[in-house]
Amino acid sequence: MEKSSELTLKNRTGMQLSPRHARELLETVESAGAAIPLENGQALAAARGAYIAEADPLGTLPAPATLKGVLKSGAKMVAGLRPQVFIDKLAERAAFERGGTRLYEALLAKFAAEARASRNIAANTDLTEERLVRMRAEEAEHFALVSECIETLGADPTVETPSADVIGVASLGLLQVVSDPRTSLTQSLQALLAAELIDREGWELLITMADELGERDIVTRFREALRQEDEHLLSVRRWHVSLSLGASGAD
Amino acid sequence: MALSLFDGKGTPLERQRFTWRELVGKPISKLDDDAFTRVRIILMNGIEAEALRFGHNAARMSAELREPLAAVRRIEQHQQTMVNWLLGADHSPLETTIGYEQVAIEVTAALARTEPDPYVAQALRFAMLEDFDHLYRYSALMDRLTGMDPNNILQCYTDILPGRPTSAEHRAPHDDLARPWDKRTAAPLTKLHTMTITAGEQQTHDYYMNVGPMFADPIARQTYAEIASIEEQHVTQYESLLDPTQSLIEQWLLHEANEAYLYYGCAQQEPNPRIKAIWERMLDYELGHFRLACECMKRYEKRDPAELFPEQLPELFPYESNRNFVREVLGRELELAKRGLDFVPRSDESRASIDYRAQLNSAGSPTDIVAAGYHWRPGTELNLRAVNL
Repeated sequence: MEKSSELTLKNRTGMQLSPRHARELLETVESAGAAIPLENGQALAAARGAYIAEADPLGTLPAPATLKGVLKSGAKMVAGLRPQVFIDKLAERAAFERGGTRLYEALLAKFAAEARASRNIAANTDLTEERLVRMRAEEAEHFALVSECIETLGADPTVETPSADVIGVASLGLLQVVSDPRTSLTQSLQALLAAELIDREGWELLITMADELGERDIVTRFREALRQEDEHLLSVRRWHVSLSLGASGAD
Repeated sequence: MALSLFDGKGTPLERQRFTWRELVGKPISKLDDDAFTRVRIILMNGIEAEALRFGHNAARMSAELREPLAAVRRIEQHQQTMVNWLLGADHSPLETTIGYEQVAIEVTAALARTEPDPYVAQALRFAMLEDFDHLYRYSALMDRLTGMDPNNILQCYTDILPGRPTSAEHRAPHDDLARPWDKRTAAPLTKLHTMTITAGEQQTHDYYMNVGPMFADPIARQTYAEIASIEEQHVTQYESLLDPTQSLIEQWLLHEANEAYLYYGCAQQEPNPRIKAIWERMLDYELGHFRLACECMKRYEKRDPAELFPEQLPELFPYESNRNFVREVLGRELELAKRGLDFVPRSDESRASIDYRAQLNSAGSPTDIVAAGYHWRPGTELNLRAVNL
């Protein structure tokens, strides 16, 4: 199999590989008349605006089903941050950690296949199956931790909240990259790097929110999760850089 | 060497088998494979979808054909899977859409250039100019929604320019009908061409109806809604060219002959050896289906299928850019319209179509909105530098 960093004359997407067709295309397009003045998509922007003005939200947050939940929710409504916003973002994190666990599983399959063939991986001494398995386990533990917190606060951890929906849409492409058999370990690590960057910012925000709501215990536990996520980010970033340099022949 | 439908035995039905691993093989490369390989995949997926659609409808109308149709349909289902799954997952729905419009332009143009019946050729050229405009509108959508260059998919084979404006293509239903050819006098090639284009347009319609709601952007959703409506009109036009007095078995035979004919042409022209092997295998399978349909015609209609087809079918159209032909037709026939079964100057268009269109467009046309002022440039309209060739 050719690696995607190898040079061939096969890529047909650009214009320079087919100069005859490219010239004909340019001639036809230019002979069709002078360029119509570029409107910069103003009509498109106006039409989008009309839809945005009338749009319904993606969905809503469910009212707490338990008495404990209602009490907690009512008690803290008076403060600046509303608890339901915290619940929404917790559910987002739970969804992302669940997806992150699956992302690591997809990456492990790629690692196992590529580790047999690549000398670049050997140069990254801490890029091992054991390390990836541990990172996967930590993502799964974070999912369990967040679900437990949601329950402690009296909310339902099985609900898909609007923020959980949004993060699911935002991460679709990441899973497509890692689960495609044609993408390399380096390309997959780039998708994972994006996931870890998003994840880290998510934990930062949760800690700030928990602090604001006076949830000391949660703050402590989330700081430990953030410490692990920092390690994930540093490792994935280092592996990605190292494999990218190796792929370009710098090793 | 031209295809002879009656010489080759094809693969017997009982040996037409697949495994899941075979059905889901390696996809083509969006970047490295030739655009016409993708064109063939999209077309043949549509041809197989039509085989299933026709097979189900025929089974509902014929007790005696149910069993043989069920046997063939199961294989067509898996053939369609093997073909359609050749598209890699890095094709976004919008990129695949650009591929569908390239099929609609290049295949329709190729059929029109080789079509012996002048009225059918006119119908093909008429709808081709409309699909040509769809490519321009979807290209504007791709550029302005995603910042991607549609020419990465088209590979310079197909021009990106306005055709008959999509917003002017909406017609009253009866103006989309066409005059059918006569099964006794129509050339076999005319029959095959009509089958091919009807299948292709129906699949295009179904694809847009499936992916349209996957877009978040409201104007993308509207654009798919508007163009899917025209594809429904095109299916109406093309299927009405078919002689409705053909028997079910005659229609079935025509389907199988056309599938074999098209796979034969795919195999002849395919540069990717792995895909070529798939086309060859499919050709042998279709010849097996054709034989079964022939047996049914002899048994149930006491007719000789050889009456319907010449000894050798003509060579299939070449899969190549039809840029000059499209440009000529654009210059000559852009202002055509429909009035009942006739192609007429726009000034003679029916009142019903004018009124229908005015109502439908009364809150604006998304294809006008998305492409307002759009002028394709190499590397998207954001690229203001001239391209070096």
